[in-house]
Amino acid sequence: MRKATKLTRRRFIQIAATAAAAGPAISCRQATSPWRFLTVKEAQTLGSICGQIVPSDQDPGAKEAGVVNYIDRQLLGYLKRHQKAYREGLAGIDQTSLALAGREFTELPLDQQLDVLKALERNEAPGRVWKKRSAKAFFDLVVNHTMQGFYGDPRHGGNRDGVSWRMLGLPYPPIRGRQQYDLTSSPAPKVKSAP
Amino acid sequence: MTLKHVNAVVIGAGAAGGVVAKELAVAGLSVVLLERGKWYSPFDCRKDDLRNQRVTALGSAFGPDDERYVRVFVDAEGQEQIVTPSDGNYHNNAACVGGGTFSYGALAWRFMEKDFRMRSTYGAVEGGTLEDWPIAYQELEPFYEKAEWEIGVAGDDSNNPFKGPRKKALPMPPLPPNREHEILQQAAELLGLHPFHAPTARNTVPYNGRGACMRCRWCVGFACEVDAKCGTHNTVIPKALATGNCELRTECVAKEILTNAQGRATGVAYFDARDRLQEQPADLVVVSASATESPRLLLNSQSQLFPNGLGNRYDWVGRNLQGHAYAGAYGLFDFDVYDDLGPGATIAICDYNHGNSGVIGGGALANEFVRLPYFFSQLRLPDVPRWGVGHKDAMRKWFKRHLAVHGPVQEISVFDSRVQVDPRVKDYWGIPVVRLSGLNHPKTLETARYIALKAEEWLQAAGAVKTWLKMPGRGLSGSQHQAGTCRMGNDPKTSVVNKFCQVHDIGNLFVVDGSVHVTNGGFNPALTIMALGYYASDYVVKEWKGTKFKG
Repeated sequence: MRKATKLTRRRFIQIAATAAAAGPAISCRQATSPWRFLTVKEAQTLGSICGQIVPSDQDPGAKEAGVVNYIDRQLLGYLKRHQKAYREGLAGIDQTSLALAGREFTELPLDQQLDVLKALERNEAPGRVWKKRSAKAFFDLVVNHTMQGFYGDPRHGGNRDGVSWRMLGLPYPPIRGRQQYDLTSSPAPKVKSAP
Repeated sequence: MTLKHVNAVVIGAGAAGGVVAKELAVAGLSVVLLERGKWYSPFDCRKDDLRNQRVTALGSAFGPDDERYVRVFVDAEGQEQIVTPSDGNYHNNAACVGGGTFSYGALAWRFMEKDFRMRSTYGAVEGGTLEDWPIAYQELEPFYEKAEWEIGVAGDDSNNPFKGPRKKALPMPPLPPNREHEILQQAAELLGLHPFHAPTARNTVPYNGRGACMRCRWCVGFACEVDAKCGTHNTVIPKALATGNCELRTECVAKEILTNAQGRATGVAYFDARDRLQEQPADLVVVSASATESPRLLLNSQSQLFPNGLGNRYDWVGRNLQGHAYAGAYGLFDFDVYDDLGPGATIAICDYNHGNSGVIGGGALANEFVRLPYFFSQLRLPDVPRWGVGHKDAMRKWFKRHLAVHGPVQEISVFDSRVQVDPRVKDYWGIPVVRLSGLNHPKTLETARYIALKAEEWLQAAGAVKTWLKMPGRGLSGSQHQAGTCRMGNDPKTSVVNKFCQVHDIGNLFVVDGSVHVTNGGFNPALTIMALGYYASDYVVKEWKGTKFKG
């Protein structure tokens, strides 16, 4: 009897420990976005905006270059001072979309998305957020960060596989130096030494 | 804590400080060289086009850092803002061993003879403080030569009839021209101009124990991955240390210059790498901290004898802040001009430095360094949208078909363009920070426009199908070319240091850097700053032997 009780207690502790460990992990997994700073919804909205700033055509655009990944990563790094701008601004863009076209930004056809962005650029966007935050300033910020994420160094999370450099005809991975190919184009220089 | 007494303490291991430390150490003085930044190596190059000294989208690579450094900037409308080093309005220059020379584009110009005689050449300018230097080109010439051979300069200015007379050719030949260079060469000849290979402190052949440039496209703003760029960090500073007489202390931030009751400098108080306050006593103090930080240090060194800071009896410290009013033009071509062969900035003309009708001064023109894709995306091409498919099309169409020609236009110094110390804002160490205010002289902008139009003409002659101007704004300039804030002069009432860079009323305190420039030439100033380092050291060493500084 005593032995059975002891086993039961041990078993109880084991179960409790497992539950304690698993509990938060399970709930956490349910609530977490795959992104670092952005929510799933914010990332979708931002992806649509970036896709308009550098659209995909015969060459990859912001989407293929992983620009959202760049911005999301830098919002927890060097660009963290812009966290609030993104949190409020992305909500504001949905407010503008609802006011202008009756639907959220990601649900709009592409030409209507353009209308919304142009309203932001003109600083004439309706929406509660834009009463205390400049729509144009936020849009300019996103344009600039999108250019960084599309044309910048891949190490920062954008320009995946150097897509923009390939598009411009730059070798990727970059050729580190070209001197070795050009030594024949001029006579071999004379070597001098310092006095 | 008070440290062991030395002969000289040099504040700032940049273009001038490195040279001074080496010259004094070689002459047998014991030297402590203080540097607020770190000592980076070629392995720190990283070729990061979003984080370097020129594009600071993700911060500056070689400091100062955004966490501990701030300044106050007063804009053209009088609005104050607190700015960090990665903000353009901070007017940053790198904080590391070598200073700006660690990551610069390395153009290594001598000023022209007239650049030392601006007042005599152009007369007094209303609203400006245009003045002659107390020294002439000829006095600096031997030291220019010394800098060219010890630091290492490549180029060929034999086709430049406007240069000051030189006794010795440059030690290294120029790089073979890239496509941009060839196109601009033909166009300049067509216009009857005098194009030549710009002088650059970059190994084009093995020199001074280091290899040659490999012609990559990451140059200005970056460390050189193959250590071919020549700064003080890989030339004179290692030589100073090799004498055994010089100790380099990095991550040391100067707080104030110490003085005694007799009005002589006694040393420097600074915060070391672990933020401990140290006192370094010395026979003489050399301030080489840049044209924004040197005046800050002088102004922050207040005492009963010097209530307004050192050298500031007549309120000239921090005045006449100038950089260059960069002007030029961009051109688009209907053929490829890009051949992926760096570094750029190899062809130059000095036809428009002086003698331009109706304007004061001028500037050298040269092709721009290689423009990386993000940098190019930030240029506003005419009739091209900033974003969307139109922008992407323009990037595809023009990236390899654009040229940029620009030049450092000499500025007319303005008394109220200045560095002060802010009465309220302090940095991480509690030291009052730089406060920048003032505007460019309107006549400087006229010169800039003149030069921009000449650049446009050059591009049009080269076959550009579309061109547009690049013009400076009204706001003050400083940044990497900052100069002028501790003016050199014979009259103590209208200058801060004498012709030997010695503070007028403190015989053992020197300011040696761009601060002492009376005017800043129409050229990148690094070689002139280095030459001044040699020149001032020469005086110190000669006087030292007469024991003048041993109080």
